[in-house]
Amino acid sequence: MMFVMSFTLLAQEHFPKNDGVSNENTNYTAFTNAKIFVTPTQIIDNGTLLIKDGKVVSTGTSVTIPKNAVVVDLSGKSIYPSFIDIYSDFGVEKPKRPQGGGRSPQYDSNREGFYWNDHVRPEQNAIEHFKFDGKSAGDLRKAGFGVVNTHLQDGIVRGTGSLVALLDSGNDADRILDSRSAQYLSFSKSVKSNQSYPTSLMGSMALLRQLHNDANWYAKGYSKSKDRAIEAYNANKNLVQIFDAGSRVNVLRVDKVGDEINTQFVIVGGGDEYERIDNVKATNAKLILPLDFPDAYDVSDPFLASVLDISSMREWNQKPANPKIVADNNIPFAFTMHKLKGSKDFSDNLMKAIDYGLDKTKALEALTTVPASILGKSNSLGSLKNGAYANFLITSGDVFNKNTTLYENWIKGSKHVLESMDVKDISGDYTFTVGGNTYDMSISGSPSKPKASVKSGDKELGTKVSYDNDWLNLAFTSTDDSKQEFFRLVSRVTDNPNLSGKIIFPNGNESSVFLQKSNKEADNKSDEMASGKDKEMSKDIVPITYPNNAYGFKTLPKQETILFKNATVWTNENDGILENTDVLIRDGKIAQIGQNLNAGGAKVIDAKGKHLTAGIIDEHSHIAASSINEAGQNSSAEVTIEDVVVADDIDIYRNLAGGVTSIQILHGSANPIGGRSAIIKLKWGEDASNLIYKNTPKFIKFALGENVKQSNWQSFSRFPQSRMGVEQLYVDYFTRAQEYDKAKKSGKPYRKDTEMEVIAEILNKERYISCHSYVQSEINMLMKVAEKFDFNINTFTHILEGYKVADKMKEHGVGGSTFSDWWAYKYEVNDAIPYNAAIMHNQGVVTAINSDDAEMSRRLNQEAAKSVKYGGVSEEDAWKFVTLNPAKLLHIDNRVGSLKVGKDADVVLWSGHPMSIYSKAEKTIIEGVTYFDLERDKQIRNDIKKERSELIAQMMEAKNKGLKTKPIEKKEKQHLHCDSE
Amino acid sequence: MKLYNYLHILFAVCCLNSFAQQTPANKQTEAFTIVGATAHIGNGTVIDNSVLIVEDGKISVCADARTTKVPYKGTVIQADGKHIYPGFIAPNTTLGLQEIGAVRATNDTREIGTMNPHIRSLIAYNAESKVVESMRPNGVLIGQITPRGGRISGTSSIVQFDAWNWEDAAIKVDDGIHLNWPNSFSRGRWWLGEPSGLTPNKNYATQVDELNSFISNSKAYLNGSQDTKNLQFSAMNGLFNGSQKLFIHADDEKAITDAIAFTNKHGIKEVVIVGGYEAYKVAELLKKNTIGVLARRSHTTPEREDDDYDYPYKLAKLLVDQGVLVGLENSGSMERANARNLPFQAGTVAAHGLDKEEALKLITSNTAKILGLDKQLGTLETGKDATLFISEGDALDMRTNILTHAFINGREISLDTHQTNLWKRYSNKYKSN
Repeated sequence: MMFVMSFTLLAQEHFPKNDGVSNENTNYTAFTNAKIFVTPTQIIDNGTLLIKDGKVVSTGTSVTIPKNAVVVDLSGKSIYPSFIDIYSDFGVEKPKRPQGGGRSPQYDSNREGFYWNDHVRPEQNAIEHFKFDGKSAGDLRKAGFGVVNTHLQDGIVRGTGSLVALLDSGNDADRILDSRSAQYLSFSKSVKSNQSYPTSLMGSMALLRQLHNDANWYAKGYSKSKDRAIEAYNANKNLVQIFDAGSRVNVLRVDKVGDEINTQFVIVGGGDEYERIDNVKATNAKLILPLDFPDAYDVSDPFLASVLDISSMREWNQKPANPKIVADNNIPFAFTMHKLKGSKDFSDNLMKAIDYGLDKTKALEALTTVPASILGKSNSLGSLKNGAYANFLITSGDVFNKNTTLYENWIKGSKHVLESMDVKDISGDYTFTVGGNTYDMSISGSPSKPKASVKSGDKELGTKVSYDNDWLNLAFTSTDDSKQEFFRLVSRVTDNPNLSGKIIFPNGNESSVFLQKSNKEADNKSDEMASGKDKEMSKDIVPITYPNNAYGFKTLPKQETILFKNATVWTNENDGILENTDVLIRDGKIAQIGQNLNAGGAKVIDAKGKHLTAGIIDEHSHIAASSINEAGQNSSAEVTIEDVVVADDIDIYRNLAGGVTSIQILHGSANPIGGRSAIIKLKWGEDASNLIYKNTPKFIKFALGENVKQSNWQSFSRFPQSRMGVEQLYVDYFTRAQEYDKAKKSGKPYRKDTEMEVIAEILNKERYISCHSYVQSEINMLMKVAEKFDFNINTFTHILEGYKVADKMKEHGVGGSTFSDWWAYKYEVNDAIPYNAAIMHNQGVVTAINSDDAEMSRRLNQEAAKSVKYGGVSEEDAWKFVTLNPAKLLHIDNRVGSLKVGKDADVVLWSGHPMSIYSKAEKTIIEGVTYFDLERDKQIRNDIKKERSELIAQMMEAKNKGLKTKPIEKKEKQHLHCDSE
Repeated sequence: MKLYNYLHILFAVCCLNSFAQQTPANKQTEAFTIVGATAHIGNGTVIDNSVLIVEDGKISVCADARTTKVPYKGTVIQADGKHIYPGFIAPNTTLGLQEIGAVRATNDTREIGTMNPHIRSLIAYNAESKVVESMRPNGVLIGQITPRGGRISGTSSIVQFDAWNWEDAAIKVDDGIHLNWPNSFSRGRWWLGEPSGLTPNKNYATQVDELNSFISNSKAYLNGSQDTKNLQFSAMNGLFNGSQKLFIHADDEKAITDAIAFTNKHGIKEVVIVGGYEAYKVAELLKKNTIGVLARRSHTTPEREDDDYDYPYKLAKLLVDQGVLVGLENSGSMERANARNLPFQAGTVAAHGLDKEEALKLITSNTAKILGLDKQLGTLETGKDATLFISEGDALDMRTNILTHAFINGREISLDTHQTNLWKRYSNKYKSN
């Protein structure tokens, strides 16, 4: 039901008119006696709203109503500014991926005259793709929206959006408020091109940074060719920049990129900001929040339910509280319908957020003033201040109450009726008599769409009702079930509470009828309230932990002063292995090692019969990262794993349980020149930025062999396809980096190129290479290339044929970080032998044993022990393979890798000999903080059981209340390896 | 296939054959006696100072040297301070069916089709595999060579690891049929726009029904005249006459419960559960039906985020504690090369609570029982095959798993491998420098 009063629209004054006389309407409309929310905080009781020409003229309690005003009495009703969604794709169809395309990756772009990467599309303007969609507009108006900012949701840089008023009448001239209202961005590629790069999140981040450099270069006029994408990007620079992050962790990533390119993005979040709200707050970004709260899982099958993790169940339990938590932390945010199916979901979830404690004023701000201010349109949108667009809602009361009726949604002074204000509420119970039988009729539901039931005695009759324009039509079955026959009743509703009309019998006879309304109205209402309440869930929100999964900390553990008494201490220093020795750690450092140390105020741990060692260091890990390979190019020096560290990865906890304290997260081996590493400490519970080592030497991954020449899958178009090509690729990049560095140092203008900067750091000995390598020829080759460019390779990782060239490695000064015993998985590891570590070590190469595997990394003590078996390495030296030697290779041995006074207190207490198969880590401590403790782990197992039952019971309750549920999903842990994409 | 690739693989294959494998040892002709070692019998007991005599490929004496005085026979191997173990058994392995993971030409692990009981691993088993040879220095001397893929993968055979060819290698031909029980969860067909995650398998009932139908048809066929030969149905015969075991690869509680009901319904007597990640939850049912479990490798990560970090480490212990017969298997990523770590997988179970000698049973006597080999293998008891080895120390701990001698049916086998050869070759290179 919708009436549109087009006369309030402004005619386009310069358009000729041939279909009649001029009919300009200069009348006012005055809405009187309403509760008016001029802004969420400026509220007028019993006031008047005066509008003209689609704008607010004035509001207040003493507004003078001009004579040429149409007056609408809104006694008992409320007026709110209508809602704004600034993250919408209204009227802009999402492009579809073109069919076809080869299986071999595409490395080049489809376009000419644009940026080299097809996923950068700043030249897209939503307005060119916009087609008003009446149906969606109707749905949006139903949810209370008056204006949306729409855009093309495709690509990394997506171009400009348009601000559209959701007017049903008129045309786009009336609807488009701003055709270039914001620029939109995301980390996701365009579907319009199959160009490979970027294949990873870190690639998307690098691309945005490089685009910024290139745009600056272009703006200064240095570019030799025309680039329409960059021109558009530069032209869009001063617009509001809205970035779809989609999750809490990505909000932080977006902000990080923003800081580097001097842009404060407005960020579309994921609704999971509550998990680490302090970090989100620290971005100072304004957020746009979706309201897509998950449905409960259908846990009625206990077998299936057993696969659910606490983290997924908590998501359901906690997420509706996100808006409240964001609001309580004073982070400005707007709401969006993005990710929701329609107005019903939006309204339901908005109410849910309020049920979970979101302040109503904040909710209203999130839908009005905040989005308006984000777009810089506070004067014209989001409020009913004088001069603003007359965009407002007329409601029966509090807009955030479930029982409130939304009557009208006015946009630019044009009325859209959602629910007629004139509808007479006929709900209640009636009695009438027809043909000697007495019937009871009950009417309930919304005033304009009532539901009816008719009973004769206790017998419920089939009933159908419609109610339109004051006419009630009712049909009900006769009491005789054996017949298919109906009574039909019509009545014109008047102000009299009783109804009268006529009834048509099944046989066609008619008679008049009188329906007596009973006085039990009040009782009915309270019944309804009660049944409404039934649907409400108990809101027992389980505590958030850091990270927010089963093994997270409720409060982060603190640094302690600890004295280990009478341990067997593996110093990894000249002292060797000390029996019955005390170790004191204080202020995160190793303070004292000796006999009979004084405890002072330290916590004393009896370590008799136990072994204390430095924490294990894994030179080659791929845990705790959301992507590992940027496989879109043969060199990806511009990407860095530091961008994609995942602090919440359960593998961090499991590694701690295996005594691991530091790891290098390496880029994968897809490219000869890979990406930069993240060297982190496994500080479980901290956020990603606190894990990363500060002020340590920088690393980059290189790779050789089958992976980089793409031998084991269908890809034949990328250089290099042979080891011969690999050499030339290095020579090429190093030569170009030399030239780049020369240009940079010359003081003349140069085009800033992150990839070249990083490679030049290698040449300048400011960055070390850890190179994935297998066969002797390629190992030898890379050393020779490095020598030609006057630097050294720091580490060969995997290095399975290192034993064949150990003498050359020693001479070059490179270390080797190898697998203990892996082989036979590829042709190039045919000659891999478990004696490799021993031979390299015996030749004087600094040798480490690494994992490259989330499973093996938690047993690196066992892997070190294999060097005793294979090649007879002494236990003391073998232990260094997983502690001191990787520390040396990573140039962090000044801080970690041995037990020495002054070094970081990164220690592990083992139940026995650290390389015995029968030992396990009892405590794993980093900088004096106990991150893994076998005792705590035991406690957590009980807590998990309790919390699981609690959450499952809550989900059962949800299902029993008739709330929507979804099927169980089994989460899969993706373990990343070198070859992972 | 492009010529280039073809040549590449041809080259690979030629190379593999260009290195000679270790020559299999000759049949035992003379008795020998091992004296002074700690004998880990494999049934839970240990003899600290043992005497063990081997004649005609069999153990004729294994006793406590301090209490039993027997005359030594043949060569005497003085093994004071050393340890003797029965040869370790690697069940459910693809050893010898593929040489190099990434080289397709070397892959003989799986066949196309769904119901493949007629597919036999034995004839593809490469007795000269360099990977198989690398098992021996770690004490892994026997394997159940098992095909992969399909609903019914095929028929396995049990071999020993010192042989000229597959006939030579075979200990038990066509010992069992392997069935991959339908998954409780299935992946969305993403190419049809469904979410790609794992959701409850809607076709579970249909898939179980297909199995029921296949079994019923096999039985009906075998009861009939068999005029028109059906290879698939006839390959099922051993399951019904009890000569073959049915190895059901199943992990979750529901699947195992359903699988057991299925075997009972069809009167399949000899059943083993392989994997059994949740088997401890149905321990009573397993015991009642005398079904053993080949538990999933302990060197793996927990399947679910909430699982105990050491869950895979202690899975076998949870079963042993409840009286279930359990062995360890090592299928999964890089399963062939890593099969030599089987002893350390057992050691890891011991680290997480199982008695060491009980842990040893997981790769010796328990596995022998599960595979139906316990009359001849799995312990150092009189009358059993002399398939055993001597280690410098505890063979479940990598530091001390250092073999000095290994025997298969009394034949002293070489402990050299492609890998030890390269080790010696390059050690010598540097020595001479």
